[in-house]
Amino acid sequence: MRQILTFSLLFSTIRLSTPLVLAAIGGLYSERSGVINIALEGLLLAGAFTAASVTYYAHNPWVGLGSAIVAGAAVAAIIAVACIRFKADQVVTGTGMNILFIGLPAVLSGALFLSSGSTPQIPKENLLPDLSRLLPFLPSWRILTDVSIISVLALIAVLLTRYILYRTPFGLRLRAVGENPEAADAAGVKVTRIRYLGVILSGALAGIGGAYLSIGQSSLFTRNMAAGRGFIALAALIFGKWRPVQTMLACLLFGLADALTIQMQGVAKLPSGEDIPVQFIQMIPYVVTIIVLAGFIGQSRAPKAIGIPYEKER
Amino acid sequence: MIELRNITKRFGAVLANDRVSIKVTPGTIHAIVGENGAGKSTAMRIAYGFYTADSGEILINGEVREIRTPHDAIALGIGMVHQHFMLVEPMTVAENIVLGAEPGTAVSLDLKKAAEEIRKVSDEFKLAVDPNATIETLSVGQQQRVELLKALYRHAQLLILDEPTAVLTPQEVEEFFAILRRMREQGKTIVIITHKLSEVLAISDDVTVMRDGKVVGEVKTSETNAAELARLMVGREVLLRVEKPDANPGAAVLKVKDLSIVGRDGSKRVDGVTFEISTSEIVGIAGVEGNGQTELIEALAGLIPGSHVSGAISFEGRDITQTDARRRKELGIAHVPEDRHRRGLLLDFSLAENTILGVHYRKPAVSRDGILLDQKGIQRRTEQVIRDFDVRPPNPMLPARALSGGNQQKLIIGREFELPPKLLLVSQPTRGVDIGAIEFIHRKIVALRDAGCAVLLVSAELEEVTALSDRLLVIHNGQIVGEVDPKATTNEEIGLMMTGGHK
Amino acid sequence: MKLLREILFPLIAVIAAFIVGGIVVWIIGDSPIQTYKLLIGSAFSWPDGIGYTLFNATPLIFTGLAVAVAFRCGLLNIGAEGQLYVAAFAAAWVGMKFGAPDPGNTFVGQWAHLPAIVLLPMCCIAAVAAGAIWGGIPGVLKARFGSHEVINTIMLNFIAVALLSYFTQYRYKIPGDPIMQTAPTSPSANLIHLGRFIPGLPERIPLNFAFLLAILACVLVYVFLWKTKWGYEMRATGANPSAAEYGGVSIRKQIILAMAISGGLAGMVGINEVLGYRHRYYDGFSANYGFVGIAVALLGRNHPVGVFLAAILFAILLRGGIFVDAFTMHVSKDIVDMLQGIVIVFVAAEAMFRGPLKQFGLLKKAKV
Repeated sequence: MRQILTFSLLFSTIRLSTPLVLAAIGGLYSERSGVINIALEGLLLAGAFTAASVTYYAHNPWVGLGSAIVAGAAVAAIIAVACIRFKADQVVTGTGMNILFIGLPAVLSGALFLSSGSTPQIPKENLLPDLSRLLPFLPSWRILTDVSIISVLALIAVLLTRYILYRTPFGLRLRAVGENPEAADAAGVKVTRIRYLGVILSGALAGIGGAYLSIGQSSLFTRNMAAGRGFIALAALIFGKWRPVQTMLACLLFGLADALTIQMQGVAKLPSGEDIPVQFIQMIPYVVTIIVLAGFIGQSRAPKAIGIPYEKER
Repeated sequence: MIELRNITKRFGAVLANDRVSIKVTPGTIHAIVGENGAGKSTAMRIAYGFYTADSGEILINGEVREIRTPHDAIALGIGMVHQHFMLVEPMTVAENIVLGAEPGTAVSLDLKKAAEEIRKVSDEFKLAVDPNATIETLSVGQQQRVELLKALYRHAQLLILDEPTAVLTPQEVEEFFAILRRMREQGKTIVIITHKLSEVLAISDDVTVMRDGKVVGEVKTSETNAAELARLMVGREVLLRVEKPDANPGAAVLKVKDLSIVGRDGSKRVDGVTFEISTSEIVGIAGVEGNGQTELIEALAGLIPGSHVSGAISFEGRDITQTDARRRKELGIAHVPEDRHRRGLLLDFSLAENTILGVHYRKPAVSRDGILLDQKGIQRRTEQVIRDFDVRPPNPMLPARALSGGNQQKLIIGREFELPPKLLLVSQPTRGVDIGAIEFIHRKIVALRDAGCAVLLVSAELEEVTALSDRLLVIHNGQIVGEVDPKATTNEEIGLMMTGGHK
Repeated sequence: MKLLREILFPLIAVIAAFIVGGIVVWIIGDSPIQTYKLLIGSAFSWPDGIGYTLFNATPLIFTGLAVAVAFRCGLLNIGAEGQLYVAAFAAAWVGMKFGAPDPGNTFVGQWAHLPAIVLLPMCCIAAVAAGAIWGGIPGVLKARFGSHEVINTIMLNFIAVALLSYFTQYRYKIPGDPIMQTAPTSPSANLIHLGRFIPGLPERIPLNFAFLLAILACVLVYVFLWKTKWGYEMRATGANPSAAEYGGVSIRKQIILAMAISGGLAGMVGINEVLGYRHRYYDGFSANYGFVGIAVALLGRNHPVGVFLAAILFAILLRGGIFVDAFTMHVSKDIVDMLQGIVIVFVAAEAMFRGPLKQFGLLKKAKV
């Protein structure tokens, strides 16, 4: 067991949690405004594909990251128009988007790179850097060198979100709109505008998360590379009771489970000498989520108006 | 101050406002009265930008202004307190008050400054409330103060109040009126929407009367009286008393002993209630809304989980405290719920499918095998209800949504009368129902009583309970605080009991 | 009028999706018309086109019905994917354990040696029961704890995948087999291909008895929902739970029942897949049938007839995708996923077509 609980477990937890945190914090903006965002998975994929393709052509990860943000925001804007303007069912729309972004990147990469579903390899120097490359004067402790700049960005996003949510007028309005849009409207708040902003912000953040997947922790986009992380982020958001810091902690927990899955492969043994099948460790976050939802570990109360389109004249 | 000119508003097939013109003089209290559905709230919601008028214009201080959203209205100095409070429950008083008009900059919310300003306003108008309290923890009266503060904080010069007294006791109403007078003295203009004539006479300077979406009268309060206003409201002389022979009660049908009900949040909603109802009598329950009536009726109908109910309910001698809703219906307990859209109807289902709700599993809704629905049987029953209760339009295949409020209510009552009931639990039978249907429904209830049925009636309209009931129980804070003979008691006395003061 | 609207909106959504898809195809440099010809045209040849289209439609009918039944009760079952996996495994497991022995396959016939006439129904029941249980779990969780079925079904999808991957890898794989699949089921668990009865349809086409089951399921779901008191209760719960409760219906029971029926229907995919086609459990066999089922149900307006038609449409695309892959320069079969996604979004946001339709006078202005 000793060989598992090492620094490398810590780093791989941070690595694996980073996209979860970004997607979940993104989801927080959307859901706090009252729009369920089940499309985080699709948004991650949109960001990942855009980042990889653009970086491949532009030879610059920052351009790639920027376009991933734009792509995420743009896709989220489509969701917002469908759900807010046309009052489409939010879960159904999100599910449609998730399926769309299994197909679309594959179609595009097939056309652009003549490969089925993945983009070409990007050389290491064109990937998003970790801290040591960005700030070469830092002492070479692993905690500073092995962490991606995006992980730091994710932490900043969490803290900033906490401030925005509770200490700015926008945060107040966001919370009010998700809780009781009619009351917010009566108070002069422009409900639809806040909701659009919330959903689009969620796309932008999930876009960063996606970029991290393709040009941060790996070096290309592969078909369906989000592999359920969007859903895990959603679960973490619920587990974290729609609060920024708790949500991040939930993401770290799920990241840890993921890290353990990788590290324990072939290492952990049952008393009988058999391997512990990784599948059982893989299941942990999902089982935990179900248990949390059932209220065994404290109640998690959703924003009251979540999932309900705001209809003014009924 | 504000003037509506020829405002017209249509909701689907319903003409809610038909060329409505109202002129409010600055510095006055202006009442808008009318029955439910007369279009009062619609007109004022248009003035506040909640709805957009199909045609017509709004003038503020003599100038035509465009009010598309509440945001526009607020900017023009208009504030509105809605019938259902517009408060965000998990947030604090201060957060609710400043929402949309936050002090400080875009990147920093200055709640300290907000609290200060709130205190200033609340001192000025004697509206004390703790800025740091969460809305959920406040009483209804305190929440109303927050609503007033919200408008005053935004420097509203015109305050629109939609049925502000519906949730208040007569004593609280007095206090509330004092606040309004104080505001008028400070130069504010107030529009108050109500359907209670006594309040109109007590507080207002001018009155606009609305009926069927139209303005039908404009008078100075000092130059009118209740009878005239009532006539304007309903369009003819009103029968305040329901014609009914004396009751002839027989044996007790329902016995409720020491019944207590706990709400979902764990608070006690009904507290140790004991009473009986006999055959051939109507027992009314009077009380300010939200004092446990809803829970009491739902518990008697079997709609509150047994674990939340203690005490004993017996029906025709057998204990039914833990019996489920379906079984109670089989025993002959019919229930006309207070909210017909939430409880009473499947709005997207046809009238036929609505007529079998609750009896859908037995004859005549199902055929002999007990599984397949019997379309012919359903059709026959529906046609009978439609005929007996004059439901219009008489088309069984129409969705319930397509009916007017009065016809929806007649459909529900018809369905429940078909049971046939030995005990009828009926809550707000005429809420949002036109005057013709009200009389029809009242006559039907009395006829049911005369046929031997026991009736338990809850209504927010004191006139309705006193007119229909043979005996009247007064409920306050989940407790029955007294029983009176409605014929021998004045509304003022009952009102006093409703506040908890004993006779 | 009402019927027209029920058909009009899904039709417009499909056309709109094809237009958007066509634009994508055009941008990446292929001819949209050529692509759509390949995508749709290939479905109508006899016997291969029609045979394979109906075979592909079978799982989609089941999952479409599954989603539709849950939807009618006001529930969104995103877990059909997990339910059908669990069910397929259960069918394969029974087909192994209880089947007539197969020389050289030690996994078969360990517990009993049942003939096809007993074994096949048993396998079918196992599939339906497993799906019903896997679907019933989120139902119970919602009824008992009020936790949302959408998240729980998503989580159970992942759990199912992990669990079955374990069983396949560690318990039921033939040692040394590089593919993640169980050992074959007993030959007595093989469902008859319809080619045996239909002249001109070769037996190699896997269209099998499960397709007839799918049609039967459509009829039964229709009768259940609209002609029985149980269906009335379920639809009432979906339309207005408070009113249903008032009408003496137990909401909790309906939620559990609807999810179990939904899961059972999704589970019937296992019959087609395992008993009718692969004759073993193959890890990851589903081409997103569970999720496409949502599109099928939505497009079919949660009505069995609509579900049937929508399933045929998506099945056509599924097969056409292969031809698109082979015969176009740039477009891959992934265009099918893309189109499905767009269709779902357009169906969900049908309100966007209302304005233009009104302008062209196709829709009455005042909506009752």
